Amino acid sequence: MESKASDFLVFDEVTKTYRENPEQVVRDDVEKHYWRNVGLTILKDWRLYIMLIPMILVFLFWRYFPMYELLGSFKVSDEVKPVAEQFFAGFSYFKRLLVGGDGMSTEFWRAFRNTFLLSFYGLCFGFPMPIILALFFNEIKSNLVRSTCQVLTYLPKFMSTVVMTTLVTMLVKQGSLISGMGIVSQALSSLGLISREVANAGLLNNPGFFRAIYQISGIWEGAGYDSIVYFAAIIAISPTSYEAAQIDGAGKMAQMRYVVLPSILSTIVIMLITRIGSLLNIGYEKVLLLYNPKTYVTADVVSTFANRYGLEGAAKGIASAAEMMNNVIGMLLVIGANTIARKASNVSLY
Amino acid sequence: MKRKLEASELIFKIISYTLLLMFSLICLYPFLYAISSAISGRAAVEYGQIVLFPKDVQFQAFKRMFNDNMFWNAYSNTLFLTFYGTVWALFVAILGGYALSKRRLLFRRFFNFFLVFTMWFSAGLVPQYLNYLQTKAVFNSVGITDDKWLVVIAMGMAAMNIILLRNAFEGVPSEIEEAAIVDGATEFQVLTKVFIPMCKSTIATVALFFAISRWNGYFWARQMISNPNEHPLQVFIRLKLEEFTDPDRMSGWNELYASDSVIYALIVCSIVPILIIYPFIQKYFAKGVNVGGVKE
Repeated sequence: MESKASDFLVFDEVTKTYRENPEQVVRDDVEKHYWRNVGLTILKDWRLYIMLIPMILVFLFWRYFPMYELLGSFKVSDEVKPVAEQFFAGFSYFKRLLVGGDGMSTEFWRAFRNTFLLSFYGLCFGFPMPIILALFFNEIKSNLVRSTCQVLTYLPKFMSTVVMTTLVTMLVKQGSLISGMGIVSQALSSLGLISREVANAGLLNNPGFFRAIYQISGIWEGAGYDSIVYFAAIIAISPTSYEAAQIDGAGKMAQMRYVVLPSILSTIVIMLITRIGSLLNIGYEKVLLLYNPKTYVTADVVSTFANRYGLEGAAKGIASAAEMMNNVIGMLLVIGANTIARKASNVSLY
Repeated sequence: MKRKLEASELIFKIISYTLLLMFSLICLYPFLYAISSAISGRAAVEYGQIVLFPKDVQFQAFKRMFNDNMFWNAYSNTLFLTFYGTVWALFVAILGGYALSKRRLLFRRFFNFFLVFTMWFSAGLVPQYLNYLQTKAVFNSVGITDDKWLVVIAMGMAAMNIILLRNAFEGVPSEIEEAAIVDGATEFQVLTKVFIPMCKSTIATVALFFAISRWNGYFWARQMISNPNEHPLQVFIRLKLEEFTDPDRMSGWNELYASDSVIYALIVCSIVPILIIYPFIQKYFAKGVNVGGVKE
């Protein structure tokens, strides 16, 4: 577009000369005094900005300063020197993790795969459970029975991760000289689902069972609580919708298909997108509390890998490089999911 | 209008009743089992004879727990962390959320991004660990040697909760705020006399979220609190579990009750207080999910 001279100069018909455009003078003035005006606005509302200070400090110190420490993943780890003065290692840690070919690299890829698989199985098995529960809750017309069931299913959510994993550990623990195996192992072996030797060796010591234990305990803990949001969407459906469907001759299944599901679809889509967005942000505490060296094959995720090498071991640089890769991909997933959610339903998650 | 149920409807009803009852019982069973095992005799627990009801009832395991000073210590530490942690986090979150809810705030988009970015990307365990170590050194150098304060001040802030509060504050009609300002209220008075009372239930929900995350906090408390006397309950439970499931250490166990009973007793003791306050907080808990931070 050609620049318009009239933006800066106007032709004066009386004196036959050009002079400065008064609007431009105002614009220049605003630009010149931009920071002064900012300062004045802040000064006028200083109380508001004082209120922001504690939040900014907390996030700066304990959320953003650690990001500065991420420089360590490009530096040779040195406990004594601050991270800025350490020797530069370039992308060597990343290279070693991705294509190193040594034990560290295999372990990293295993951890990455496990992270993805644990979330993915959670998506397949853990995600539909609350929806099914909410549909069932809707069928129970007796208030007393329904609220009793709801209270009972929310109950496990009130345990901390530590208490939950302690309970799980006790329920499937190995048998030893001083005590028998856990009650769930006993039940499974007497039902013939697993052999007695396997049960006696402790299910948490068996890599083949880790994922199942992780998912089942996840459903036990969260399905009831997560069903609240779907149930709220279902009871918001107007009774007239059901009546209209009944008059049209819809049976139970047809009502489910044409009335209930469409009404909760938007909730399901939002929850699904959130879930996909956090596919790589797996809670490390639960894995850390349930796994042991015997189950690393299936249980080790990227954050526990970083914990083992960076916190317990001394390979800080390589551990933070591993987790940084995981978190960057995770961030892209979250942003992507949020963009899709906004496009699909005009609802932004953040 | 009462109608006869169709066959498909009836079948669906029966299925949902059965499955729901089953699932509810499965949710409840581990707790009942834990209680029974905690108060059963040694032989019954060790040979796995407890299914639902206790056998050879004893209360020695509970007694042992209650006589353990470290247990009470851990409990009071957890209460300390929960109380001060929630107060501090609420203080920061309410002030920040209030300021962010104002459209006249300059650089509002920047501050929002500053907040939301921490939900998308976290530096990870190792950088956080190094950061907390440095913070700990700073705290120690100014004379705060109690690591609990480090946990209270540096940990447990969640951007999501600030956003929940911001959305609630944005929902307050601006006419009310203007009326208060016309009446001569200062910014702080507007916040404390108008906004906080009007958003009471959201604040209660957010306070509950903070309190729960403090009560449940384990990993960083274990990493950062070096003095065992200052360990919170979660760390205490975990250490006990690690001690009591170690066959080498437990071979000399010489009591009338099983060593497992102590663990079960500990589990029961840590759940009971939550069960007591559960009826009072349940409505906020259920509400919090629906608020969910979904912003149109």
